[in-house]
Amino acid sequence: MTWTWFHRLASPPHVYALAARLTPWFAWSAGVCIGVALYGALLLAPPDYQQGDGVRIMYVHVPSAWMSLMVYTTMASAAAVGLIWRMKVAHAAAASCAPIGASFTVAALVTGSLWGKPMWGTYWEWDPRLTSELILLFLYLGYMGLRAAIDDPQRADRASAVLAIVGIVNVPIIHYSVVWWNSLHQAPSVMRLAKPALPLSMLAPLLLMLLGFTLFFGAVLLVRLRGEVLNRERTASWIREVVSA
Amino acid sequence: MGGYAAFVWPAYAVTFAVIGLNVYWAQRALARARRDAQRRLAARGEAA
Repeated sequence: MTWTWFHRLASPPHVYALAARLTPWFAWSAGVCIGVALYGALLLAPPDYQQGDGVRIMYVHVPSAWMSLMVYTTMASAAAVGLIWRMKVAHAAAASCAPIGASFTVAALVTGSLWGKPMWGTYWEWDPRLTSELILLFLYLGYMGLRAAIDDPQRADRASAVLAIVGIVNVPIIHYSVVWWNSLHQAPSVMRLAKPALPLSMLAPLLLMLLGFTLFFGAVLLVRLRGEVLNRERTASWIREVVSA
Repeated sequence: MGGYAAFVWPAYAVTFAVIGLNVYWAQRALARARRDAQRRLAARGEAA
């Protein structure tokens, strides 16, 4: 197996050009997936036999929660690559992930509260799933705060990478919190080893929304990554061609 | 929405506001980085 593609990802001009080429593909695919999934979620999917139309919150809550975990995992992986192989572009990718992940963690917490009120009778409970998701938000904010607090970019990269890698321990805790502890939150119904517990009419729009959100993350990450690369390559000669284009 | 409209619509509004803000923030960050790069080049006498 050739590792040329991996080595080329260490090249800022290559990554900048690749990101510019790929962004429209991710953005349009995300728009189509989210649009079709929205139609399915609001108009085609049946109400739940217990939760009625309140279950429609699931189609935005679950993808937001998925984003909060997936983006953190991506951020920690990129930070680890940056730390191990001293790849500047990987640190730039990790830094680009943080605000995206933090915003979707807020969305997951707010939509979860809005779903919790009619189903559990409360907007908030110090339940293992909710508490660990809130800790994830603090990890994102801590990561961004740490980067902002250190003037030297290389030191900021290393320190924030260590925090991101240590914080990854919270990801499986969030996922399995509903299995390990007594929780108000329901057990996994899609991301589990057994067959999903949802009928196809509900599962299809949910999976399409998950795909759409994931593609959206790809599009936004690529735009942010270009900005990060430009900020880091302050004196590189290739910048002149890019900004004059 | 079967009596759940007060919860369902705000949930969708928050989620799509987050999506919209992410698009806006990302484009603003890239535009600022390009402006800063142009300013740096201009300061070095290499303006486009």
